[in-house]
Amino acid sequence: MAVAHAANDYRLGAQAVADGVYVFSGRNEHFTRDNGGNIVNTGFIVGTDAVIVIDTGPSLQYGEQQRKAIAAITRVPVRQVYVTHQHPDHYLGDAAYADASIAALPATISAIQTQGNALADNLYRLVGGWMAGTQSQSPTSTATPGVVEIGGRKLRLIGTAGHTAGDLMVYDEASRTLFAGDLVFHDRAPTTPNADLLQWLNALDQIRQIDFKVLVPGHGAVVRDASAIEQTRDYLQWLSTSLHTAAEQGRDMVEVMNQPLPERFQKLAVHDEEYRRSVSHLYPAIELTTLPRR
Amino acid sequence: MSRARAALLVCALWCAGSLPAHAATAVDTPVDPLNSPSWQYMRQRFLGKDPMVFDARVQVQMPSAAEDQMQVPVHVSAPGLTDVVDVLVFADLNPLPKILRYQPTSAAPDIGFRFKVEQSTPVRAAMRTRDGVWHVGGAWLRASGGGCTAPSVGTGQGFWQDRLGEISARLWPQQPGLERLRLRMIHPMDTGLAAGIPVFHIDRIDMRASDGRLLASLQTYEPVSENPVISVDLQHSGPVRIDAHDIQGNRFAATVTP
Repeated sequence: MAVAHAANDYRLGAQAVADGVYVFSGRNEHFTRDNGGNIVNTGFIVGTDAVIVIDTGPSLQYGEQQRKAIAAITRVPVRQVYVTHQHPDHYLGDAAYADASIAALPATISAIQTQGNALADNLYRLVGGWMAGTQSQSPTSTATPGVVEIGGRKLRLIGTAGHTAGDLMVYDEASRTLFAGDLVFHDRAPTTPNADLLQWLNALDQIRQIDFKVLVPGHGAVVRDASAIEQTRDYLQWLSTSLHTAAEQGRDMVEVMNQPLPERFQKLAVHDEEYRRSVSHLYPAIELTTLPRR
Repeated sequence: MSRARAALLVCALWCAGSLPAHAATAVDTPVDPLNSPSWQYMRQRFLGKDPMVFDARVQVQMPSAAEDQMQVPVHVSAPGLTDVVDVLVFADLNPLPKILRYQPTSAAPDIGFRFKVEQSTPVRAAMRTRDGVWHVGGAWLRASGGGCTAPSVGTGQGFWQDRLGEISARLWPQQPGLERLRLRMIHPMDTGLAAGIPVFHIDRIDMRASDGRLLASLQTYEPVSENPVISVDLQHSGPVRIDAHDIQGNRFAATVTP
């Protein structure tokens, strides 16, 4: 057992991004047996008598190691966990926080209840032994958008949608840090299995209005300006336009997948795979709008 | 790719030596560039003793891994290969390997469609040219399980019962004498492998000119995805009549104007 744990070490090191605000940065990759699913950013905020965790990673072991890494920084106990959305790399470590409140938006909770097991199964297939002991579990409470105060930290919970049906952002007023979840990607192609592009673009408009100093994207390096927002918006706008144009031109799905990406997106990590996956997710509905009923 | 090309070369040599007079040794199947465990059986079942070559001009394009096992997009084409009279598409390791058959009478031998995959498998297109030789190309598809034995989405929702056979389609003129037809039909395309749901699928879609002349004929089998979406390139200008039926004898028809 000890050996297995040593082999599956995520080597989580907390990076301070603001006063009392820390981030664990994942790799800009796909799920592999090498990275164990650590492709995601998670983080925590330290209050006077409570630590608030934002997302718990892809597995029970990640959650446990995250908790240990937090304990190495502060003795203040974790009281509150927020799950930004339903995707398995963001919440499967929840079981490491059985003694804390775990909150998510209602749409996230219902998606986890209906699809959670299938998503966890899929991750087992992709990353293998790192998943040992991991089970999908439903968040214990509903996150209500608005301002909450936990451990003396004033947090604004922002409920939105677009990447999935429920995307929760957490904004720390004192440090002006925004945990944007997967509404913002940075130097990595966005994922779209549950996306509504129009809603997502609207959510990005909303994020632009937020007065943040530090932005923690769901994937990719932390930023202190709007560049990651603009990059995500640029990609999604291009994706939407090019899929609609291809459908209008009568392109078949595979032909659309084979289209080269504009040069500015070729530097995004995993752009090739994610673009093809996005065509699978989004093109069927878009092409139907170009096929009139006879 | 280089392996496939090498194999093609080997088969080309083999065929050059054996055609047409010595085709009796056809059981000496050329080495399968995809190294599939069931290639011998596939060949026997679908091509019989007909002469065949592995031909890199026959392309099966699809993503290398199935994102949605119920809807794997495939585009089959054969740039540079002429006189194709029959196209057969199959997946060696699917429980029901045969996906579709297509006779491009007045059409390019190209076809786009989606299918249900049960596990990782080679997907192949075999194209018979007028001289009787099958030209075979293909690729591996990675998949983790469950496309053929899961019930169709519509079967659970009852949605298809009101709209069975509804046809949506459009023509895109490409150049003089060539137009792309894309069509979508509503049908559950049940494989018969999901518990309690009998086999039920469209089995024929004919495309004709308005004077009744056959442009292309498509036979679809169980693995073709629910609510099939098909793309073909017809050597034709002007309206196309679609005549289709399923294995229970339901007939569906529509006329598409450019």
